Amino acid sequence: MLASIIASGLATGAVYALIGITYNTMFATSRVMSFTAGQLGMLGGVFGSLFMVVWGLPSLVALPLALLGCAAVGVVTEFLAVRPVLKSLDKHLYVLSTLALALMIQQVTAIKWGTEPRPFPRLLDIGSGVLDEKFWLPVATCLLVIAALEYLYRRTLVGRAFIAIAEDNFAARALGLPERDLRIASYALAGAIGALAGFAGGELLLAFFANGPLLSFYGFVPVALGGLGNNRGAAIAGLALGLFQQAANFLVGGVFASVAVFSVFIVVLLAAPQGLLGAAAARRV
Amino acid sequence: MTSMSRAARPEAVIRAPAKQGMIGALLPFVVPFALALVLPFSANDYWALIATRAAIYWVLVSGLNLVVGFAGQLAIGYVALLTLGAYTTSVLAAGNVLPPIPSLAALLAAGAVGAVFGVVVGLPALRLRTFYFAMATLGFATIVTQIALAWQGVTGGGIGISGPTFPAPFDSPWGFYSLCVGIAALCTCMSANVAHSRFGRALIAIRDAEVAAEASGIFKPRLLILVFIFAGALAAVAGGLFASLQTYITPDAFTFDLSILFFISILIGGRGSIIGPLLGTILLTLLPEFAAPLASWSTFLYAALLLVIVLAVPGGIAGLIDTRRRERLDSDRKVQPHPAALGCLLPTIREDRSLTLENIALTFGAVRAIDGLDLAVESGRVHGLIGPNGSGKTTTLNVISGYYTPQQGRMTLAGAPLPFGRPHLRSEFGIARTFQTPRLVGEATVIENVMIGGTINGRTTFAEAMLSLPRHWREEKALAQDAHAALESVGIASLAHVHADRLQHSELRFMEIARALMARPAFLLLDEPAAGLSPDEIVRLGQLITAISDQGTGVLLVEHHADLIFDICDHVTVLNLGKVLAEGTPADIRVHKEVVSAYLGG
Repeated sequence: MLASIIASGLATGAVYALIGITYNTMFATSRVMSFTAGQLGMLGGVFGSLFMVVWGLPSLVALPLALLGCAAVGVVTEFLAVRPVLKSLDKHLYVLSTLALALMIQQVTAIKWGTEPRPFPRLLDIGSGVLDEKFWLPVATCLLVIAALEYLYRRTLVGRAFIAIAEDNFAARALGLPERDLRIASYALAGAIGALAGFAGGELLLAFFANGPLLSFYGFVPVALGGLGNNRGAAIAGLALGLFQQAANFLVGGVFASVAVFSVFIVVLLAAPQGLLGAAAARRV
Repeated sequence: MTSMSRAARPEAVIRAPAKQGMIGALLPFVVPFALALVLPFSANDYWALIATRAAIYWVLVSGLNLVVGFAGQLAIGYVALLTLGAYTTSVLAAGNVLPPIPSLAALLAAGAVGAVFGVVVGLPALRLRTFYFAMATLGFATIVTQIALAWQGVTGGGIGISGPTFPAPFDSPWGFYSLCVGIAALCTCMSANVAHSRFGRALIAIRDAEVAAEASGIFKPRLLILVFIFAGALAAVAGGLFASLQTYITPDAFTFDLSILFFISILIGGRGSIIGPLLGTILLTLLPEFAAPLASWSTFLYAALLLVIVLAVPGGIAGLIDTRRRERLDSDRKVQPHPAALGCLLPTIREDRSLTLENIALTFGAVRAIDGLDLAVESGRVHGLIGPNGSGKTTTLNVISGYYTPQQGRMTLAGAPLPFGRPHLRSEFGIARTFQTPRLVGEATVIENVMIGGTINGRTTFAEAMLSLPRHWREEKALAQDAHAALESVGIASLAHVHADRLQHSELRFMEIARALMARPAFLLLDEPAAGLSPDEIVRLGQLITAISDQGTGVLLVEHHADLIFDICDHVTVLNLGKVLAEGTPADIRVHKEVVSAYLGG
């Protein structure tokens, strides 16, 4: 029993962490928290099921297609909901514009794909019981994504440009970095990461339109707790959240598990609004 | 011109626009409520249902509007409170926990429960930033539905519970309709009263100029809690009515789409308006009815509307129907201060008081922004604070006004210790200030902006303002008169009813001074008031500052214009690297060797 709690806890936690990283990737270049992060995860699952189950494509073809599809959605987010808002004086409008776009994505999916959860195929058919692929696949994907991002940010020129923009937008532009192109690229990257989350967690979460808001919320918890922009913090907080949620699920039942998760989220945030691993606030006057 | 006629003038000026404004503001409300009165003659029960639903939604939205549209808190999960109100009313009326009570009493009880939970849902807003708060309310919305589903003994779980039925004459469709429209009208009045009181102005100030709001003595947590109580109670009452309209409720009835409808109604209507969100609510309630084939796309339509509004029409419906915004302004207008008018605003202070800083030190990391500073500002004098960039001038102002807490030293005001921090208490100590970049509410008129500065003088309670009791009216009138006197003295009285975002930069600087004067300060801190002003305007500004100090107010003036400093200051302190480099009369400073070489140049 304990083993299965740990397995499913780590697996869902890894999916939450990946959505958290999606949030962070978009935030890094634009200072925008986008409600579409969870929808990208949801779309990853829906695209996977559409390509493999409905169209019958092999997973090696379906995965790049799903990544491309979500990357495209990421770019659309940048064009429709982020860029116009960054131009306006009231930057908080991004909360509304990304919320609007997230709702539109969800509603279109509900109408075109259906409101019932649909199955997601087995990808590799490796393992059974607590070592089933549906449990270890998300964890492995999460570790892989973090390692790849670390490599990107620390070892490559493009990655360093991302960091430069995240650290100081004005200075980066003064240095001649193509800020707008890099922002579009980071939204495409975020889309792909979201797709990976949905794809890897597909067997666990199924292809279901209502996963969008769910992932938006549970994916945000690791970001809030781990500190905005901190991918490693998001991974640790995400895995902890998954374990806590599954344990609470087993001990007190589903409804009170979500109440427990929510209470912890609120209490921790009220105590440490910057997150447990976050940086201090900027000056106001 | 004598000072008597000066004092009499402001009143004459405000009467006319205020009255016109009142009729103009009420007119749009007449249309929907007149329609609501004639609707029963259609005797079409389908219309009764739709109109009742719109009225119920508006009961909730009218409260939420103060949270979202005025205070700018992005509460997207208000369906949580609707659900709570619906279940509380139904459970109390059905009596499956306690003995059954009459439906109307149950509705009132739900309002009380909603008031409490309104605060619970809103509390995170006191600590969290926009997106975080939005997420927190979203979480509440999910949880309340799940609890309703799980708590079968009370809520009936997924099977549900029947909603309350109201006694005659409210038991027929049109009877119930009249009850709902009546409550909606009452809520409209209450929320409009709050919106047009000092509480409403303070809410907008928190939204658009939080720092200036604090300096004007507005304490955000207290104000927000009052508004959360109000909005929570209305939302829960709406829930009780909603349950009765549905006749039978299950957790499925409270979808997140409803939250979105409420939230988007406000944004489509326009922030900081009452009529806009009212029209928005009616529009969004009717939209799916008119476009029946699109019913399943309704959420998509709402979201698309939201996106269009946010990107293309940030003012919403209210912005579109507000014609005053587009009136032409005189292009060669001048700021013409009338210091004589100060007399009817500022009390003449005769006793000598001083604001002193002793050995203040403040470090940011390794940077010593202020390094053992001593400073004494005397009442009735103009004290100049000059120095190169980064010498700690603005930081000193921020320490005095409580935004920064120094690591060492002490401050006194009239001999008594002045505690560090707590910027919202400075106004009460008689310390007012302006800012290097004007902090203003662009969507409010100039006079409303100035009245924000007088928030501290208000004595009426939230309830009095909500019910528009006589004391509230008297106070509002006095406040408006003061604001006119303040505008008259700084010289922009002709712009009183213009939206602040249409003003020129120099006019905004004078408006900030007018706002600071509203608190009748004993000490006024001015942070580079002459920046961006023309030479003429600087001269007039100098006369205004001198006149203010002649009333007995002590002025601490941070400035880079050396001419202004040497013209009007009684005493000058020169800072360099957080330390006092020199101090004395302007004549001493002008010839001080180090000052000349470090700062003035020579």
